[in-house]
Amino acid sequence: MTIQNIIFLLVAIAGFGLFAWQVRKIRANILAGRDRDMSGNVSERLNKTLLVAFGQQKMFKRITPALLHLVVYVGFLVINIEVIEILIDGIFGTHRVLGFMGPVYAALTGTNEILGALVVLAVAAFWWRRNRSQPVRRFTGPELRAWPKLDANIILYVEVILMLALFTMNTADLKLHQLEGRDLAGAFPISSLLTGLFPSNATALEVLERVGWWAHIVGILLFLNYLPSSKHFHIIMAFPNVYYSRLVPQGQFSNVDSITHEVKAMMDPSYQVPAPATNPDGSAAAPTPFGAKDVNDLAWTNLLNAYSCTECGRCTSVCPANLTGKLLSPRKVIMDTRDRMEEKYNSPLIFQPNLYGAEAKHAEAEVIDKENHTLLRGYVTPEELWACTTCNACVEACPVNINPLESIVEMRRFLVLEESAAPNSLNVMFSNIENNGAPWAFSPSDRFNWADDLYVADKQNIATA
Amino acid sequence: MADLAARGEEPEILFWVGCAGAFDDRYKRVTRAFVRILEHVGVKYAVLGMEETCTGDPAKRAGNEFLFQMQAMQNITTFEGYGIKKIVTACPHCFNTIKNEYPALGGNYEVIHHSTFLQQLINEGRVKVEGGESYKGRRITFHDSCYLGRANNIYEAPRAVLEALDADLVEMKRSKANGLCCGAGGAQMWKEPEPGKKDINIERTEEALATLDGNAAALDNLYGVESGNAGATPAPKGNGQNSIIAVGCPFCMTMMSDGVKGKERENNVQVFDLAELVASAEGLNA
Repeated sequence: MTIQNIIFLLVAIAGFGLFAWQVRKIRANILAGRDRDMSGNVSERLNKTLLVAFGQQKMFKRITPALLHLVVYVGFLVINIEVIEILIDGIFGTHRVLGFMGPVYAALTGTNEILGALVVLAVAAFWWRRNRSQPVRRFTGPELRAWPKLDANIILYVEVILMLALFTMNTADLKLHQLEGRDLAGAFPISSLLTGLFPSNATALEVLERVGWWAHIVGILLFLNYLPSSKHFHIIMAFPNVYYSRLVPQGQFSNVDSITHEVKAMMDPSYQVPAPATNPDGSAAAPTPFGAKDVNDLAWTNLLNAYSCTECGRCTSVCPANLTGKLLSPRKVIMDTRDRMEEKYNSPLIFQPNLYGAEAKHAEAEVIDKENHTLLRGYVTPEELWACTTCNACVEACPVNINPLESIVEMRRFLVLEESAAPNSLNVMFSNIENNGAPWAFSPSDRFNWADDLYVADKQNIATA
Repeated sequence: MADLAARGEEPEILFWVGCAGAFDDRYKRVTRAFVRILEHVGVKYAVLGMEETCTGDPAKRAGNEFLFQMQAMQNITTFEGYGIKKIVTACPHCFNTIKNEYPALGGNYEVIHHSTFLQQLINEGRVKVEGGESYKGRRITFHDSCYLGRANNIYEAPRAVLEALDADLVEMKRSKANGLCCGAGGAQMWKEPEPGKKDINIERTEEALATLDGNAAALDNLYGVESGNAGATPAPKGNGQNSIIAVGCPFCMTMMSDGVKGKERENNVQVFDLAELVASAEGLNA
């Protein structure tokens, strides 16, 4: 083992170890949410994961970004095979260890190079869509300030750097072999075009090959550890998130079982309400509030959603409230959830927490009261929540099956059931339902008046009580 | 229902009228149209009349789970008392709530939205949509209700009904799964919208009118309508005279009608429910 192998081994262990440590923090954040049984339906869930996550099914609602994204996504998958080779080479001091595969290796490297070039083009297009003087509407918006905007661009720059490192490595290696009159395993359709740009000095080429090699793998490891602080974490979280997405019709809102017990007990005095939850030591557990005030009142799947969000804004761009200028942005609700989790619990390495703009300054100036600074009101205002029409457009639009609506409804439940803080006109509607059995102030005895001036042959059919 | 039960008879279906169908003057006409269709085809049906009460949908969407469950339990008790198995309703909100949310509280029924029911009647030839008003050549666009479409994946049934009318069906750019809400769901019906640039129903009405008029320039000025959206069938340019916005939901009916009035187009664009269109095509507007 050379010193280079040992250094590589240490770098690789540090890189993956640090990543595992960051993932553990995030896992703990997600598990702070309320329990929700998502077991079962394995084949249906796997099927969904194949279609939506691996197959990018929902991306194809918008064809241009879908194709660009597909290039980067497939490039990512294929380049991972190359990373395996780099790891083996790095640890054992081999060179292009998979080269023995001959034509298969040629196909692999050739595909890799073409995808690498396409990735650079796609990234350039992405950069243009995001940063030109009039960017795509969904890449703007008040929640996409300082950090989220910078984050998006950092990812694009890093992707280009990684591809350039790959091409440097391949081109230098190829030219070195050509100079020495040897064959290099693999096919290099792009690098063979670039050899003219490289020096003809063997030592310089060796150095360039090593620089490219190290830059590529160290870049990947650094990027891996950047992911947990970034919206780009979706490249990992999209898969579990889709797997654990809801399988019921979108119109079906969750049932609050604790309320069911109370209502049943009211209607039937003999109904046995299950015993309240207890702590492991036998003492009564603190009662859980109705709805959600803070992140730990949301289900863990809602928190998983927050880490899967890539802030693409497809939800917000179809939200009728947002479109017509109301404060609500489903993307902001999801981003707020993640920010609040990282403020309250653990934050990954780089940004602690991912606060943006004025709030970041505020966080430095004074210590935030972590208990009383909650998701509701601390981040999401009631005005945003009451603007929602529950139309499910955001849910339908999300390419990774995030459900902002569920979080919105949970917070509405807290406002109504814990704080009685519904807008007054909704309170009027509630009391109408309670008193008249209809959301409008009509007498229940008038409920059948519609039939008065109806002419049908046999009115007896519809005659009722 | 009580009468039928007293006679020891069981209806084939329970027609769930809903609060809008019972109290809203405009939607009472839809209720009557649907009853005329039921009478016409001779389905044995019943309504609950004064025994009906709100499903609890607006309470649940607004976050008042307690009130929702009180209403739901009350309705389930009524259904169980009469042994109800099959329910048809013209309201997508009632439809969604009874179909999807009552089972968790012990109420399991076959629930059908009237668009699906009408489609079945047409398919079976029990309704022929002829003999009454002709819609041939009239331009119709269907506004998808969120609680029928995205919430329950019913997109084809209302369109099949409209196609049977032999009308000129045109699609808005935002339709089916990409449809734009009328602005009334989620209990918005009972409150003023939050401050913003525009009311949602105005945006949606503008889209419907521009589609019926074949006015591409007006379509381009709408928020969030991206060019190249699949599914849109641009109508040839016209003045939209005598054209129709078809709805399948009482909330959409109110919001779209208000929008058309706000745009001062009520003299040449009408908002109709699917049941009204079928009833008048069948000559049942006695």
